[in-house]
Amino acid sequence: MSNVVTEPPVVAPVEAPPAPRRPLTRLEPVVQAIVPVLLSILASGVLLAILGRDPFAFYGNILHNGLLTDFGVQQSIVRMATLLLLAGGLIVAFRANLWNIGGDGQWLLAAAFVAGIAPSVVGGLGMAVGLPLMIVIGAVVGAAWTIVPAVLKAYYGVNEIITTLMMNFVGIALANILVKGPFLTDKPGVPRTEILPLDQRLPMLGGSQIHAGIIVAVAMMLVIHVVMTRTPLGLRLRVLGSNHRAAVHLGLRPQRLTLIAFAASGALIGMSGAVSMLGDWGSFRADFNPAYGLLMVPVVFLARMNALATIAFVALFAVIQIGGDTATRLADLPTAFILVLVGLLLFFMTITEFHRVRRQRRLAVASRAPRSAGAEEVR
Amino acid sequence: MITPDHLTSTAPTGGGASPAPAVELRGITKAYPGVVANDDIDLSVYAGEVHGLLGENGAGKSTLMSILSGMVQPDAGTIRVGGQEVSITSPRKALELGIGTVYQHLTLVPTLTVLENLMMGSGSALLDFGGARARFDELVATLGARIDPNAVASTLSLGELQQVEIVKALWRETRILVLDEPTSMLTPQGVTELQGVMQRLKDSGIAIIFITHKLHEAIEIGDRVSILKAGRRVGGIEPDELRARTPDELKTRIIDTMFGEGAAQLAGVAEMEVHTEEGGHHRELSGEVALELIDLSVDGGADEASVHDMTLSVHRGEILGIAGVDGNGQRQLAQAIAGQRPISGGDIRLEGSSIRKLGVPDRQRRGIGYVTDDRLHEGTVLDMSVAMNIVLKRIGERPFWRRGAIRQQEIDAFARDLVQRYEVRTPSVETNIGTLSGGNIQKVLLARELAFDPKLILYNKPTYGLDVKTASFVRSQIREQAEQGITVIVISTELDELVALCDRIAVMSSGRLTGVVDNGAGAHARVGELMLA
Repeated sequence: MSNVVTEPPVVAPVEAPPAPRRPLTRLEPVVQAIVPVLLSILASGVLLAILGRDPFAFYGNILHNGLLTDFGVQQSIVRMATLLLLAGGLIVAFRANLWNIGGDGQWLLAAAFVAGIAPSVVGGLGMAVGLPLMIVIGAVVGAAWTIVPAVLKAYYGVNEIITTLMMNFVGIALANILVKGPFLTDKPGVPRTEILPLDQRLPMLGGSQIHAGIIVAVAMMLVIHVVMTRTPLGLRLRVLGSNHRAAVHLGLRPQRLTLIAFAASGALIGMSGAVSMLGDWGSFRADFNPAYGLLMVPVVFLARMNALATIAFVALFAVIQIGGDTATRLADLPTAFILVLVGLLLFFMTITEFHRVRRQRRLAVASRAPRSAGAEEVR
Repeated sequence: MITPDHLTSTAPTGGGASPAPAVELRGITKAYPGVVANDDIDLSVYAGEVHGLLGENGAGKSTLMSILSGMVQPDAGTIRVGGQEVSITSPRKALELGIGTVYQHLTLVPTLTVLENLMMGSGSALLDFGGARARFDELVATLGARIDPNAVASTLSLGELQQVEIVKALWRETRILVLDEPTSMLTPQGVTELQGVMQRLKDSGIAIIFITHKLHEAIEIGDRVSILKAGRRVGGIEPDELRARTPDELKTRIIDTMFGEGAAQLAGVAEMEVHTEEGGHHRELSGEVALELIDLSVDGGADEASVHDMTLSVHRGEILGIAGVDGNGQRQLAQAIAGQRPISGGDIRLEGSSIRKLGVPDRQRRGIGYVTDDRLHEGTVLDMSVAMNIVLKRIGERPFWRRGAIRQQEIDAFARDLVQRYEVRTPSVETNIGTLSGGNIQKVLLARELAFDPKLILYNKPTYGLDVKTASFVRSQIREQAEQGITVIVISTELDELVALCDRIAVMSSGRLTGVVDNGAGAHARVGELMLA
């Protein structure tokens, strides 16, 4: 089924001098993103069949419960809000070639902090001031948790993958200490923060179950898109990400840019944690860790770190997550089966990417030949 | 006389009863997707002869060498070694056939001794130190070299390392030696020494293929010359011819062969050979000091060269050359002046005021431009367009950005104008710069520096890897800038180029300034001496 899509675009004949833009060039990124999705669906389908489940029913259930029911679609959109902000945070860092793998630590710490103080702050200041303030506080906490890796990277060149990963463990532990210590309520059961009353959470949109977080999230994604594509800061981050030595040569102050990119990344991830607490949960339970941060890494790659494309892929991912919850239960599979699907997706992404790079290299070699030959004729 | 290849390539010297060639290539063709790297090449190399293989970058020299050394298999054609048709299927097979190769880059393991390096390819389970030592002494005697077999490789000079590489290539009964651009990392004295080595090898009956992109070397060193262009052998010079003509006549003919009849008359191309110009220009130097280095030191750390206590003044409108063997601190010096690298001591003054504490952007604003030697990995962002690369040193400034938003039309129009003025060959300004040739990328970098009224431009190896025409374009640009009062510093390892361009030539060795030579008669030799000081 997928051969049709993967077939390499026809290479323009070498002798055609100003190689006309091949019609498939523009569509290539889209094809490049969809092929691994289709392949992973296919492979998981085979796996389901081997396990004795009906793959069509399984995918049908995902679609039905994630998208086609009122409740499902609303749940998916709510989930999108959290995931989008997180993905946005990853985009900012990844574009600058900074691998912030510690999203979960930043997210949980911000979430725990916001959940801990939200009831008193929102209760005291009112929703109009309190809720935006809490989102800002989440952003500040998330950004703060990137300071150590950012400084180590910017000034000492310490590999940020390792430092952010290490800070992750510390962040997760610290979030739990906060919840079991200063923010603990005296309610019985699992240790948790005080619950933010339902009427003080992020307001619902037009009588639906969808809270205002999605507006914040989509707005931030548009801001990220404009900043990355239109502004000097975005260009500087892209240059830094594309070629660090060039950034030094061009005078872009790579150290400052590194700090900025990390701070922005942590801030967006912290906002995600805040929105999740203020909209979805209202309280932070001890040992809560949905691990969205790592899950968003492949999604952001799939979208080629383009903020607008990320919205589409996050939507797809949210539907799979929400629908998959029910679908796995109905198929009597562990919910972790969804992770198998995501894992296969990553696997096929890597393969398609490998093919793309190889083909591009071949085309680059091919396109150089006629040009240098042509140059001689002109002179 | 230069004749079409089918007439000369297989005809032995003098047409009489010459011996069969040591290596004979017939119709060698190798195509990569979209590029024919070698196109129907015929080549004969005789024992006791140096065959100069001359061509610009991308002419197919490397591919031909890879085929001979067994790294690449030709698509078509036959290879005969000593009259026998062979197929060189692997580097090991090449060695068995007696073909040894000295690559442009060093292949010795720096932590091993010379002898250990030479024994690395040994197939036996136990190392035979005695046998190896005997073989080593024999080969070193042939070369006329003096190398300590027990010295650790990293302690040897570049010239000595290269001699060891040659010994290594000769290790197994080698009859055919391929030298890939062997002069590129040597001082003029080192080149002379290498010539002596090659003479001795010739005398012992070895056939040498000498690959070079320098015209005068091919003529001076080669007994026979083949010219490659765009994958084809476009002509050659036979030994009789080579002896009968003067070097200038030969050069003119080769240039005509490479670029078409009459090309040598074009001022720019004839300038490729710059000896004749030596001492030809005397410009009045301004007394005004533009840039001063005062006891400048730059710490290169463990992996890079350092600069020690350099004191030097550069005058306004002057072209100052900085000569030296590659890797003697030139790059670190350039980066320190551009502001890309902190200095560890001393001071840098631009028009009297210290710029030591300023970062790259501030120095750019004061009029310092830097054209890096690494145009692919430092000078450009390869996955961005030509237009974007042109404004990357002006991000956020008017008229390219306004109120924080990019103005693509302004940028493209600005870029189109520069692309036209600097004759950059690109399909459009929106094309990714990574798809352009090295020469065109270099033109973009020149345009980028010159577009914003610089006071001082620092060039690091400005013509490295460029074709002759582009190199001459770059040199004429540099002259023009100096005429307009821009101060120019040119770092280069090509001494000929510095002699052709500069008013004065400073020489660096091991990170120190070893002298400054006024350009003129005898400058060439004097700079060569200082390079070793």
